[in-house]
Amino acid sequence: MFDLRSGARIRKGEVIVKISARRLDQTTIFDVSGDIDMSNSLEVRKALLGEIREAKKSRVVLNLTDVRYIDSSGVASLVEGLKASRESGSRFVLFGLSAAAREVLKISRLLKLFEIYEDEEQAMSA
Amino acid sequence: MKSPLNLSRAFLLKLELRSHPKLLCVVRGAMEPLMEMLGFSESECRAIIRAVDEALSNIMRHSYHGRLDQVIDVLCRRVQRRAHAKTGQGVEILMFDRGPAIDLAKLHGRPLDEIRPGGLGLHLIRDTMDSVEYTRTGRFNRLRMVKYVRPSKRGPNP
Repeated sequence: MFDLRSGARIRKGEVIVKISARRLDQTTIFDVSGDIDMSNSLEVRKALLGEIREAKKSRVVLNLTDVRYIDSSGVASLVEGLKASRESGSRFVLFGLSAAAREVLKISRLLKLFEIYEDEEQAMSA
Repeated sequence: MKSPLNLSRAFLLKLELRSHPKLLCVVRGAMEPLMEMLGFSESECRAIIRAVDEALSNIMRHSYHGRLDQVIDVLCRRVQRRAHAKTGQGVEILMFDRGPAIDLAKLHGRPLDEIRPGGLGLHLIRDTMDSVEYTRTGRFNRLRMVKYVRPSKRGPNP
């Protein structure tokens, strides 16, 4: 499972998603790569909610540049992250959405709900 | 177990997989080149793969209730829309599972204006496919999805 202490969060034996965290002052940036689907969205959700609720950073940023695919359970994890952020008074920011990720949020009518930027520079300066 | 299928028309792809979520990426990997081969655009390929993935996830979650060793059949074949002989090519995707009969009255996603996790899979399927049908065939739940290639805006090549 995830090793929170090292900051390297790679599920043992899992080949299709990898999450690592960078902590910078009041911001945590999650770098996610691979596909987010039913097989691993729970782990993604746990990592996000743990950071939002326990570390209590004022901003949680999700780098989705290397996420090729995200399914409805992955979208549900993002919605959970957004709701938890709102409850704790922090910002929940996405950047680097692939066409597939953008399409799934658009069809779900969630695109405008999230704070979305093109790249990390924009996300960090916003 | 007796096959649920009448194999009178040739299938381009037949997969029998177990209901393990880690196999979803395998199916996505098989679908991508097939849909490209059938002439779907890049965005159509992504949409079809998403619909197939969501349909399989629904079977794993709702028909087999998370059991990992149950059988799902996925079959794909080329179809032709008769009304548009030149531009009506498409793909028919059939899925069979051996779970309990689906209550068709419960087959609806959540309202999209509700902001909460879950309930999106059916929307993603219906948004993409031209036809989505759930039926019970003997001991099998049968899902039939059809998607036609969208004609190119440039028109046919001379």
